[in-house]
Amino acid sequence: MIRFDEVSKRYPDGKEALSRVSFELVSGEMVFLTGHSGAGKSTLMKLIIVMERPSQGQVFVNGTNLNRISPRKIPQIRRNVGVVFQNHQLLFDRTVFDNVALPLTIAGVSHREVGRRVRAALSKVSLSDKEKKYPITLSGGEQQRVGIARAVVNKPAVILADEPTGNLDPDLSREIMDLFNLFNQVGVTTMIATHDLGLVKRMKRRELILDHGNLKERQ
Amino acid sequence: MSASGGKGGAAVKAGTGATAPRRSIRGKTNAWLDHHRKVAYESLSSLLRDWMTSLMTWLVIGIAIALPVLLFVMLVNVGEIGEDWDGDPRISLYLKQGVSEADGRSLGTRLRQDADIESVLYISANEALSEFRALSGFGDVMNALDKNPLPAVLELKPSNADVGELRLKVAMLARNELVDTVKFDLEWIERLFAMLLLGERLVMSLGLVLALGVLLVIGNTIRLAIENRRSEIEIVKLVGGTDSFVRRPFLYLGFWYGLGGSVLAWVLVQASLLFLAGPVEVLAQSYRDDFALTGLNAASTAIIFGGGTILGVFGALLAVGRHLSEIEPK
Repeated sequence: MIRFDEVSKRYPDGKEALSRVSFELVSGEMVFLTGHSGAGKSTLMKLIIVMERPSQGQVFVNGTNLNRISPRKIPQIRRNVGVVFQNHQLLFDRTVFDNVALPLTIAGVSHREVGRRVRAALSKVSLSDKEKKYPITLSGGEQQRVGIARAVVNKPAVILADEPTGNLDPDLSREIMDLFNLFNQVGVTTMIATHDLGLVKRMKRRELILDHGNLKERQ
Repeated sequence: MSASGGKGGAAVKAGTGATAPRRSIRGKTNAWLDHHRKVAYESLSSLLRDWMTSLMTWLVIGIAIALPVLLFVMLVNVGEIGEDWDGDPRISLYLKQGVSEADGRSLGTRLRQDADIESVLYISANEALSEFRALSGFGDVMNALDKNPLPAVLELKPSNADVGELRLKVAMLARNELVDTVKFDLEWIERLFAMLLLGERLVMSLGLVLALGVLLVIGNTIRLAIENRRSEIEIVKLVGGTDSFVRRPFLYLGFWYGLGGSVLAWVLVQASLLFLAGPVEVLAQSYRDDFALTGLNAASTAIIFGGGTILGVFGALLAVGRHLSEIEPK
């Protein structure tokens, strides 16, 4: 589903964020991406949704070589990857419903269908009663769940989560992780970047460790 | 690659218990139209929510459109005065004082035999005087004079409209010993049309400059709107929004700015015409009794609305093209 082939990323300021990283995620797999801050976790994820382009090497998502993709095709790639951000990236002047509906509206899903799928996604993250609320009125954990609902509403094949539990207390973190587990159990390829090592240990999943841009692996 | 990979689609289907319906072309089109409707509505209501600021922009656009339109309407009206002149040039021969009516009339009869002259009208000095009294309102002044100062006039209607030949004819007639002066009406008509043409060009260049101004105003307003919604644009791009999706709300903003501005322009022009109509008609009727100020008809109204709206969308396109590509999620 996701394959990195000798990928290096050097930023214009000369900093090498990733050096010759290779790995493969098969469809339906769940991995944790760990490492100190600045180790290149975010860069690796940005490469998957073409927010950055590699300086060297190739990235494949679902068989598509992202190096060969024109800017016009980038939206198509992003629609197939649900992303959960640490800072949620919600629209604060829209209701919870509208936030979650955004990927569907973009994809041109019909009005009735949007309503149904948004409610399904919100019920999965236990926010059914908040759809008319504005994100600013929600707690951090609830905002994160809105972000997750938005990431899964378009039924993506891949979910990426960048520090999804970064600002949450242990109980909430566990709740969020259980959610990702649930999605993974129904076949969604899932990659979670985190530095919460205790959590990673408990989940007993494959772990990719970045250290100054170099990748090591722990099964 | 399909919008939802086979595996992912099946996965969430199992998770929600919902069946994934096929997305038909028609469904897609309907969703697309729905989205247009929604964006159009949202952009208009966002303008109305902040109506003071919007009104300012609309007024600037409205005034910039109204100014050339109003000038153009005036030109059209002046042009109509010229056109109502039946188009045929007239030659007036003012006879010398002391030329008898019999001599005058016989000159007329002789001229009538010229193939180039269609008709001849003899206006005696007395007839000229009574006409002048009736039309000019200076009757009392004339009464004070002991002698009629007006000459007899032969009014010729040429059958040949060629200006060059008419000029020759006029020169020839001026040499006739009974004739004091020859007045050729075509000259002032020509001058009027030359002035109208000049006026038209001036209005057109003013219109162009102001249209450019409207473009800049709308472009700048849209640029600010883009800047205000930067984070929203980033998020939309992050979750797979295409450029045209991101562009859409701003093009609708431009559309509403243009349309609103042209509606205001129309109101301004109509109000000014209403305000001017009274005095203009009083003035015009002292020359001709059938003059009425021509306002904006349906066609010119449509042109104003259409032109303003196109300017709005085009200004937005320029701004969006310049600034939207600079915004990428970081």
